Amino acid sequence: MAIQQISVFLENRAGQLAEITAVLAAEYIDMRAIHIAETSDYGVLRIIVDQPQRAATVLLEHGFVLSMTPVLAVVVPDEPGALAKVLAVLAKEQMDVEYMYSVFGQVNSRACMIFRVGDIEKLSAILTAAGMAPASGAELGIQS
Amino acid sequence: MERYYQPEIETASREQIRAWQNERLVKQVRNVWDNVPYYRKKMEEKGLTPEDIQGVDDLHKLPFVTKADLREAYPYGLVARPLKDCVRIQSTSGTTGKRVVAFYTQHDIDLWEDCCARAIVAAGGTDEDVCQVSYGYGLFTGGPGLNGGSHKVGCLTIPTSSGNTERQIMLIRDLSATILCCTPSYAAYLGETMKEMGLTPEQIPLKAGIFGAEAWSEKMRQDIQNVLGIKAYDIYGLTELSGPGVAFECSAQTGMHINEDHFIAEIIDPETGEVLPEGSKGELVFTSITKEAFPLLRYRTRDICILHHEDCPCGRTHIKMSKPMGRSDDMLIIKGVNVFPSQIETVLLEQGYSANYQIIVDRVNNSDTLEVQVEMTPEMFSDQLSQVAQREKQVVSALKAMLGIYAKVRLVAPKSIQRSEGKAVRVIDKRKI
Repeated sequence: MAIQQISVFLENRAGQLAEITAVLAAEYIDMRAIHIAETSDYGVLRIIVDQPQRAATVLLEHGFVLSMTPVLAVVVPDEPGALAKVLAVLAKEQMDVEYMYSVFGQVNSRACMIFRVGDIEKLSAILTAAGMAPASGAELGIQS
Repeated sequence: MERYYQPEIETASREQIRAWQNERLVKQVRNVWDNVPYYRKKMEEKGLTPEDIQGVDDLHKLPFVTKADLREAYPYGLVARPLKDCVRIQSTSGTTGKRVVAFYTQHDIDLWEDCCARAIVAAGGTDEDVCQVSYGYGLFTGGPGLNGGSHKVGCLTIPTSSGNTERQIMLIRDLSATILCCTPSYAAYLGETMKEMGLTPEQIPLKAGIFGAEAWSEKMRQDIQNVLGIKAYDIYGLTELSGPGVAFECSAQTGMHINEDHFIAEIIDPETGEVLPEGSKGELVFTSITKEAFPLLRYRTRDICILHHEDCPCGRTHIKMSKPMGRSDDMLIIKGVNVFPSQIETVLLEQGYSANYQIIVDRVNNSDTLEVQVEMTPEMFSDQLSQVAQREKQVVSALKAMLGIYAKVRLVAPKSIQRSEGKAVRVIDKRKI
């Protein structure tokens, strides 16, 4: 169920993000979700794209440092309290969330959250048992 | 009225100084020939015997000693006395691989402290003074040297060592310290802090400062003198030769008098090794002619400066050296600590970073800063910021352990550090000295 997130090292200087998005644009790669974590000196760009392998290849060709990270896409009804229910399940099972962020637009008329956790298999099992099975890559328009 | 710690030596005639140097050099050469196989071998390689050195005019015949020799002979290879006669070691800034350990007999320490006492008296110190020594104590020579000199002069000595600024200021004020010994950057910092506390120069009891172990400018001298309301004196030295007090400034503040009864100074062309005439700019070379435990013949300091000899208004007759104007090797002196780029490289490689790095040295608020820029590698990268930060922290700790000072680590994008044709530009020194 895991999908591949691309994490890219961002030096804290003007134009870094512009370079990365230009590289992806030139390859017609579509970003489905984007998230940036930063310190005062550097940052980590996390993206979900429709062609992960292709995106990773071209970014590497352009000299970026990156890693592929398995994450889970969790779809929830786009309504108040939906995310709270998911997180309540995780809290009950003592699952730590390293970080999370949302996907642009809707997936099957529902909202979609990207979860990064230590144990993907366990999270997947917990959510499936709770009737909240994670979305597949295909559902997010990701080509395998 | 100028005062001297040892007037008969400090104002001796040039002929007298030359006579001391001739006699002591001949004796020292015989000493190392007899007692240090490393020296004997070096002399033999040049086809020299002690008889070839009849005085200072023959000094140029002797081979140089470099830091590489000290490392090769580490730890005991250059010691000229049985260890039972040695009572102390001191060491250059605690750096592995580049460490230099110097040995002292009690007599060596006595002479070293005399040299420091000369500097304190030249700065106006007497037994009425309260002398605060804020150089580090320990392996570093700054604290022990000035501490001993202060005792010899008879000052009431406050051995604060470095750091703990609040306590430093409290002691200066409570005990009415009149002389401060520390690095110039720390003096500037103390001055700034006292200014922020609302203290005017009139409210600060200090009257003189003896500052060394790092390069500083005339502008910095003016700043320190103004903020503390003192006269600031430069002092020069190397652990290899004893420590601070190899040369010191007098009231004329136009160069540092070299203690020529203990050290013979030469200026050489760093490329050819040729001795240059007085007044030329070149690398400073010292021969310690009175050291018992750790004598050095023609030791290349790598400091670039000018020697000049003229009648000094202070009455001292010993030759003067200018402030060092640079280095003939890649050693950096940061916060008084010797730093070689190769040490930084070693740490980065050990920690899994690439060998593409750049060292940025700057001076902010009269204090040196060291930044190491290193390119991110796939191995060191993680999607989790905390992991990257953790690895960054490890590098900072490893650098601190290697260099003895804090270095800021800045992670930059791969290939963002400029590759130059040929020799890489590893160091950018933005300090204006």
